[in-house]
Amino acid sequence: MIHLEDLCIERDGRSVLRGLQARIPRTGLTALIGPNGAGKSTLLHAMAGLLPPAQGRVMVGDTDIAAARPQHRAHLAALLTQSPMIVPRLTVSDLVGFGRWPHHRGRPDPHDRDLVQAALTEFDLQELAGRSIDSLSGGQRQRAYVAMAYAQATPWMLLDEPLSALDPRYARDIMDRLWSLSRPGPDARGVVIVLHDLGMAARYADWVLSLRDGLLVSSGPRAEVMTSRDLSDLFDTSLAVEECRGHPVVVAV
Amino acid sequence: MRLAIFMGLMLLIGLSLGIGAADLGGDADTGLVVAVSRVPRTAAALLAGAGLALSGAVVQLAVQNRLVEPGLTGTPEAAMLGLLAITLILPGASIMAKMAAASVAAMAGMAVFLLLARHVPRQDPMLLPLVGLIYGGVFGMGGILGSTATWFAWNADLMQYLGVWQTGEFSGVLRGRYELLWLIAGLAGVLYIFADRITLLGMGEDHATSLGLNARQTMLVALCIVAATIAAVVVTVGSMPFVGLVVPNIVSRWRGDNLRANLPLIALAGGGLLLAADILGRVIRWPYEIPASTIVAVAGAGLFLWLIHAAPRPAGSR
Repeated sequence: MIHLEDLCIERDGRSVLRGLQARIPRTGLTALIGPNGAGKSTLLHAMAGLLPPAQGRVMVGDTDIAAARPQHRAHLAALLTQSPMIVPRLTVSDLVGFGRWPHHRGRPDPHDRDLVQAALTEFDLQELAGRSIDSLSGGQRQRAYVAMAYAQATPWMLLDEPLSALDPRYARDIMDRLWSLSRPGPDARGVVIVLHDLGMAARYADWVLSLRDGLLVSSGPRAEVMTSRDLSDLFDTSLAVEECRGHPVVVAV
Repeated sequence: MRLAIFMGLMLLIGLSLGIGAADLGGDADTGLVVAVSRVPRTAAALLAGAGLALSGAVVQLAVQNRLVEPGLTGTPEAAMLGLLAITLILPGASIMAKMAAASVAAMAGMAVFLLLARHVPRQDPMLLPLVGLIYGGVFGMGGILGSTATWFAWNADLMQYLGVWQTGEFSGVLRGRYELLWLIAGLAGVLYIFADRITLLGMGEDHATSLGLNARQTMLVALCIVAATIAAVVVTVGSMPFVGLVVPNIVSRWRGDNLRANLPLIALAGGGLLLAADILGRVIRWPYEIPASTIVAVAGAGLFLWLIHAAPRPAGSR
């Protein structure tokens, strides 16, 4: 469980998140939704412990994440930030291998190598293992970064817009994998993901937090938070949640 | 491939030991010339080139910009300011005292650049080198630090010193006057230990921190290594442009950005390039010499243009 306890974050003297109070279930896929500038990325960074709160705290399990040592944090949550401007020229297997860095600190043992192989297999990257990530397509590259976060073997995976600029096929592919990883089980990951695509959120999320202007608007199971009226209010435009072949979809009406 | 690099380097070393104003096998005492002048000169070029190339790789990862090199971060100019200061305050200072002053000043100069870099928008990779140019200057021309050094030296009547530090060359290298450069070999060893951390830094501070890296501390280690390397080079042979820019870029294109895996190659290529430039400078107008820094500048300018032309576009724009 992640608990947000009266979380307030300031950036450059400006209040970006104000008094967030919510919980995120340990297993399942949680989507952070809201208009631009709502503070979704900030919240994700705060959950990774990268932004010390001005007030309140984020409890990941029973750890106050911002107060924990970086090394300890790296064992609790893997963070995938938005794609960097400059893509380092690393091979896919080197990149995924750096996901194990918190565990081996530069001295990988056979166990680390096995887990890297497992991550490559899980995300269908074996054939690309020797390729440099700057030579990959956007979808392949994003898959490599998600595999890196997976290889970190943390109970939590925090992903900031992993689907931006991806073709539908790749976006679905990544969401399918994340969804399976977050099912309850011995190796279940709690997946928290910032999503701009409401269709994806409606299709895959188990739990949703909606934010606007630094405030939490609502949080809870997807069906309760993503209703036609609440989404329309949240985004200030007319939206409807409909059912299509048994799946919820969001349409502009 | 490895064999080819090794053979090439051996050939350069052989040439470097054999070529110079004094004719080996003539009247001069061959053994003495080789031991006192040629071996130190060869070692100095290899060490300085390796240090500059490694520093370039570190700086490029630390600020995530491939078009930056130590010479574009104000570091050599700051080192010169430190040298000017100690020359004025303690005219007879030992080489170690000079090195210490240059290192401290270089660290301060680079720290300011790193702070500036945090506020430069990343969308346009050309912006940061321009900021570096305005801040430090290059070739002793322009730049806030470079101009300050010139003004300072002019007023203190130390322009000659400044000229020596600004134009890197190896003709003055003799046994007993270059040994400080061996420090670079030690620094390369330290760098090897921190190589993974610096590669992680190249993924961005947030990402690196989320992987459990103490990014601030790593940045500080990187800064100390680069500043000490540049200070050692400026104090012993004078500043050299482009080596730190061109070599890491070529190696990165060919072998990628994994610093630990590429560290030996970057060092060898940097040393080889500077040694080749020095040899060329010795033979073009034999028996007179052209400074190695002039040769690398001419060759490097061409390579730099090629790099700009072939610079990778930002990930989002494809």
